Order: sequence, then C-alpha cells, then structure tokens
Amino acid sequence: MSDETKLEVRGPIVKFREPQIEMAHGAGGKASRRLVEGLFAPLLFGSQRQPLNDAAHVSIDGARMAITADSFVVKPLVFPGGSIGELAVNGTVNDLAVSGARAEIMVVTFVLEAGLSTVTLQAQIQAMADAAQKANVRIVGGDTKVVEHGKADGMYITTTGIGGLLDGIEVDARSVHPGDCILLSGPVGDHGITILLARGDLDLEGDLQWDTRSILPLVDAVARAAGSGVRWMRDPTRGGVATSLNELARDCGMGMVLFEDAIPVRDGVRGACELLGLDPLHIANEGQFLAIVSPELANAALTALQSTPGGEEARIIGEIRDEPAGAVLVTTLYGGSRIVDMLVGDPLPRIC
Amino acid sequence: MKYVDEFRKPELIRKAAAEIRRLVDPQRHYRIMEVCGGHTHAIYRFGLKDLLPSNIDLIHGPGCPVCVLPMGRVDDALSIAAQEDVIFAAFGDMMRIPGTQGSPLEHKARGMDVRIVYSPSDAIKLAKANPDKHVMFFAIGFETTAPSTALTLVRAKTEKLRNFSVFCNHVMIVPAIRAILDSPDMRLDGFIGPGHVSTVIGCRPYEWIAKNEGKPIVVSGFEPLDLLQSTVMLLMQLQKKEAKVENQYARVVPWEGNRAALRVMAEVFELRPYFEWRGLGFISQSALRIKPAYEEWDAEQRFKVPGIRVTDPKAAQCGEVLKGVLKPAQCKLFGNECTPENPVGALMVSSEGSCAAYYNYEHRKHNRLTSLSLSA
Amino acid sequence: MCLAIPGRIVEIDVQNSSSAIVDVIGTRRRIDLGLLEDDKPLVGDWVLIHVGFAMSKISEADALEQLRILEMLGESDAALQEVQGYGLHSGDDTPA
Repeated sequence: MSDETKLEVRGPIVKFREPQIEMAHGAGGKASRRLVEGLFAPLLFGSQRQPLNDAAHVSIDGARMAITADSFVVKPLVFPGGSIGELAVNGTVNDLAVSGARAEIMVVTFVLEAGLSTVTLQAQIQAMADAAQKANVRIVGGDTKVVEHGKADGMYITTTGIGGLLDGIEVDARSVHPGDCILLSGPVGDHGITILLARGDLDLEGDLQWDTRSILPLVDAVARAAGSGVRWMRDPTRGGVATSLNELARDCGMGMVLFEDAIPVRDGVRGACELLGLDPLHIANEGQFLAIVSPELANAALTALQSTPGGEEARIIGEIRDEPAGAVLVTTLYGGSRIVDMLVGDPLPRIC
Repeated sequence: MKYVDEFRKPELIRKAAAEIRRLVDPQRHYRIMEVCGGHTHAIYRFGLKDLLPSNIDLIHGPGCPVCVLPMGRVDDALSIAAQEDVIFAAFGDMMRIPGTQGSPLEHKARGMDVRIVYSPSDAIKLAKANPDKHVMFFAIGFETTAPSTALTLVRAKTEKLRNFSVFCNHVMIVPAIRAILDSPDMRLDGFIGPGHVSTVIGCRPYEWIAKNEGKPIVVSGFEPLDLLQSTVMLLMQLQKKEAKVENQYARVVPWEGNRAALRVMAEVFELRPYFEWRGLGFISQSALRIKPAYEEWDAEQRFKVPGIRVTDPKAAQCGEVLKGVLKPAQCKLFGNECTPENPVGALMVSSEGSCAAYYNYEHRKHNRLTSLSLSA
Repeated sequence: MCLAIPGRIVEIDVQNSSSAIVDVIGTRRRIDLGLLEDDKPLVGDWVLIHVGFAMSKISEADALEQLRILEMLGESDAALQEVQGYGLHSGDDTPA
C-alpha cells in the first residue's frame, strides 16, 4: 500500500442514488462529486478513500510521472480568444501543472459529428498543433470516431497527458495548515462569461475576451520562488473558485476564508454577473489557478506570479483557518460574511 | 458600478451599523419582516445579519414567487410542454423547481425542449425563430415582473404572433402581507417593504399596514446601505411609537408607482377569484390571469392542463416559517429530509426561500463538517 | 421578483423608440422602454432594468441626497432628524 491510502477523506461515505444522469452531474459541483465519489470511486478505486484529483502521480518501474485525462465539450467551438482545440491542449497541460508536473506528451481522441465541415475541423487541429508547440508538448497518438448528425455538438475532444514531476514542489491536501494563504493567479470568471456571451442565448454583448493559455510558466515561477511552501494547487474550471476550494475544504477538513474585496474581477464579468444574478466565484475559469502557500513563502510566490507575464493580476485572496471546518466563508470589509458552497449543477441566471 | 458601489461603501456601512446599535433598546426584542425574496437574498449575500445586534430578528416573508408556486402548477406547465413541438421557456429560477415527475431541467435531460430566457421578450424571439413550434412562456413573479409579461402579450397580439402563449402565475404582494398579518400567531414589529415591486405599485398600497395594523413599513432598496438605512428608519419609528409608510428607495421608487406599467397590467390581466399559495393556502384576489381579450395567448386556454393539486407533507412547517413563527432550523425536516437539493416544502425550492437561503449561506458558519451537503 | 440592476442607456432605436441598448459596466443588452412611455428616458439616462425592461428612471439627485444623509449618520442629532424626515412622502415625487 502506498502513502496515498493513509489519507482519510473526512465526511461521510457518499452514495449515488439517482436513477439517471442529468446535466448537473457534469457541471463540476455537488452532483458531479456525488457521481464520482458515489459511483465511480467505489467501483474503480475500491475501498480506499482518497482525494480525487484531476491528475495522478504514479510510479511505473520506479519512474515517477504524472498522468491526467480530460474531455472538452465546449460550445461554441470557437469563442473570443480561443477554441476547443486550444483548450484541449492547454487544459491538459494545466491539469498536470497544478498537480506539480510538466506535460510532455499527449494522446488525443476525437468524436466528430457527421456533417462537421472539414474547414472547421482543420482549423481546430491547427489550433491544437499551435498550442502544443507553444506549450512544448508532443501529441503522439490518438483515435477518431464519427457519430450521427445531431450528436457531439460538432466535436468532442478527450485527451490524456503525461508529464514529469516539477522539482521542489509537491502538492497534497494533507499538508494544508491553518494560516496558509490562498493565492489566485488572476481575475475570476473570464472564461465562463465569455462562453456564456458567445452562446448568444441570453442576448448579452460584451467586450470580454479570454485567451486560453498554459499556466505552466506561472506554476514554474511559483515552484522556483516558493516551491517548498506550496501545499496544494488546482485549476478552478467548471464550478469556479468556490467549487475547487470547497473540495479542498472537504479533503483537508479545514475552513477557508476569502476576502471579497481582494478577489480580482473584471468589469465585463461583474456586469454580466450582476445582470444575470450569478456569483463570479461559481463561474468557470480556464488558464487560472489557485495555490495554497505557507505564510512564510506566500509573498515570494505572489511576487513571482506578478513578475511573470500573464500573472500581473495575481492576488492573495484569503487564508486557511480551523473554522468553519469543511466550508468556505467569504468576508467583506465591513464585517459581513456568508458561506459560499459549491453548486449542484451549472450556475443558472435568476430574476428574483 | 454606479448606483451600486456607492451603496456598498464599507465606512458608511459601519456607520449605519453603529447607528443601529445606538438606537436599539437593549430590553426589547425586535421582529422585523422583510417581505421580498430579493431582500432575503441580499441580506445573506452581504452578510448583513453579522452587523445587526442580536435583539433584532429579521424574519423572511413570503415574497418569493418561486417558493409560493404550488407544485401542481409546475406539473401543469410541464404537461403543456410535453406536447409535441412545444418549447418550454422560463427564467433560470424555475429550472430546478421540482414537479411531481421532476424539474424542468430533468425533463430537458429526458428530451423536452426547455430553454432559459432572461426576458419574456426573449421568449417572443424564440417563437419568431421557431415558426413550426409553439413557445410557452412560464411567467412567474410579483408586480415587478407582471408588467413586462403584460407588455410582451400586447406585443404578441399586435404582431399577431400565433405560436406563443403565456402560462401566467403572477401573484400580488399585498394579499400575501395581509395573510401574514391576519395570522393569529403573528408577532411582528415592522416591515421592510419590497423595493422593486414598489417601482410599479408605489407606496400607497402599504398605507393600511401603518394605519390599520399600526406597523411601520419602510420601502427599501437592495444594497447593504439601503437595508441598513431602512432598519435605522424603522427603529426610529418604533422608538417614537409611530407607524408610517416611508420610502427609503426614493432614487428609484416613485410614491405613486409607475402608471404606464399599471395601465398595461390592467389591460392584459384580471384578478383570479382565488389562488393557492404554497405554504399559505388559498388567498382570494391574490393572483392574476390573462383577460379574455388575450385568450389566444393564454396557455391555460389553448392547452388542457391537469390542474391537480399537490399538497406538501404535513410535517413541512413552511407556513409557520413564512409567518415568522418558526425559524428555518426549527422545522423538523430542515437539513434532513428537506435540503435545497431535495426540497420537501416551499421554502427550500428556491435559493432565496428562507430555508434555502439560511441553509446555503448561514447555518454552516458555526457547524463542523456535517453530512448534510454530501448525501444524495 | 427583485433582481434589478442600474444601467445607462447608450442607444435608442431610431425606428422604435421603445427599444434601447443599455450598458452595465461594459456588458450591453437590448431592453424595452415600453413601461416608461409616460416619462421617456434619453440616451445617457440611468434606468433600473428587470427582465429586459426598464422599470424606472434613477434619480441622481435622490441618490446623492441619500448618500449625504448616510454620511452624516452618527455625527449629530441633526443627522438623525434628517433621517427621520427622509423618506416620507412630500407630495412631490417627480424625480429631479
């Protein structure tokens, strides 16, 4: 038995009792967690209760490496600042990066909808090739299937990435302590709101554009400046910062306190969220990451981020505390506070 | 954000909170009801309860139109949408509200054409974009939202749009307040009045609360400073044993309301003789239906609906929580059988219902990790 | 029933004076001005938006007045007198 199995995830055993799969199960929130912890984990991982991360660090014949898998079902395929092809590469690289690894190789599978135009497909493959070159990742294999018209929203992409471990950094929810600082690499919600506006269903227009990117240079900078103080990292994709931190809170049994005024939010995101009644903390991000860093090294990590291109807007947004155990609290400058939980499914606009 | 950020200034909030502490009589326990679900949401979102002294109790009132919608009406709407070539269009608020066979989103997962719209005018756009389908707009809301539905129906009629109808569940705030005040268990000192409803109906409709019931009511905005200032104004009235209607939200609420909005409502809607409110029971003259002149756009006229009443389990104490007799956590089902993910009663179905808001934002502040949020 | 946001009118449709574009710190949406036909707003006016309809014009004067009173809280009894009187119907409710 390896070290990993010694960790006990706090909290009760989750059971999955729902009779069918709903959209909520893919949204990254509570429903997703129930599905993974209550159905997949017992069957796939047996009785070991481990924190379920995006990437796993494994040993094969004594060589340590990291491996991750991801799927990309974004609609529309192309949006201001990016596309599904770029996202597929950068998302995979980023999953590995926040586990403390450098992506080296990827395999990619495509599920293509019959009727997808070759021009569109070619553009996405080119986008993947460009993103892979920029991120120093080799795509070494893959698979393609075609499904009937009406399925696959044009195309679905799934990836598997493998990489080597970064020096001097080891992330583990167990090592999080009260007093540790919560760092965020940049403004929240850009990606999710960009996608929402690009879908056109809600008839909002904005100038928002979010360029998908590899966060490896930023993670590298943090590792070099403060590696020994980095406890945990996560890229807060679906479900947003709130979901990632709630997952951490459950995994380490501690509380997180966020300072609302310290959380960077662009006007374009804020305006759309206020109009639709959404909380920026629940909106998906791509190309950002959270890092929990010891108090002694937090400023070094922050400075490193802010001095790296793309990390200028990084902030310390909160800290780990004993209470409220297992939950995330947001406080304001004037002394008010509220719990922010992970959502059940995708955030829904509201009028009430 | 202009007209928002100024009313969230920390120094002013601290001043207002200090003023409240200065004004309260430490021997007295104040019970103030904020009627509107939007206020409930704001109070929790801004953590305002942390700023109030412990002898002020904010009771959440019945102004959550999603919460008070009987489950049978959700079933009715879904039965219309189950018909061929019907698109079910509704606000995001409605999407997770359970009917007896599941919520709109769950129906969508099973193949029903369900769309989220931000505005009733988006529903008309959907109808124009899908001429071979029928778009049914599930209209909910108090008087804030009713005029927009009304104007949308006027436009649909003017443009002779044939493939569009509205399933109307608009309800009215004053009858709900009356039901609260008529309750024998009620012990309230004053009201924080609904701010956005009042942009339509004005402040006059609340005068009977002050004159006949002797309770002060302050119509309030939704920013932290608005709610705190309204509390100051209420405390001052109570201190002087006064009972008046005051308009704290004057920058937006005209005393006489919005006559154009009231006109269009009168053109399109009439009062239902009675309507069932989940948690409160039947209330007469409390809800709107579409007038015969617009019956072609009335989903209840164009389609047959089952109209089956679905009652909540007796164990659900929503009525008492709604009236302020019980706190959410005092209901036996709270947090066990009844959670936001598996709501049993009215006040858990919407995120701003008293029980859901308390559950989501508050009650875990002081607890250790519980089993509540993880169990299926 | 209550989510309504202040926004600034940046464009009114020439062919349809009920149709306007409103801006909320950079996010824009087409809204309906039909409920304000008794007091039509102009480009540059601020309105309260709910479900894609303008519900009311926002009075800058009233907003500033309110903030002034809030600033005075805790400073003197004069402020209290002001707050006490504030919000009662003066008989003249046209926004400045």
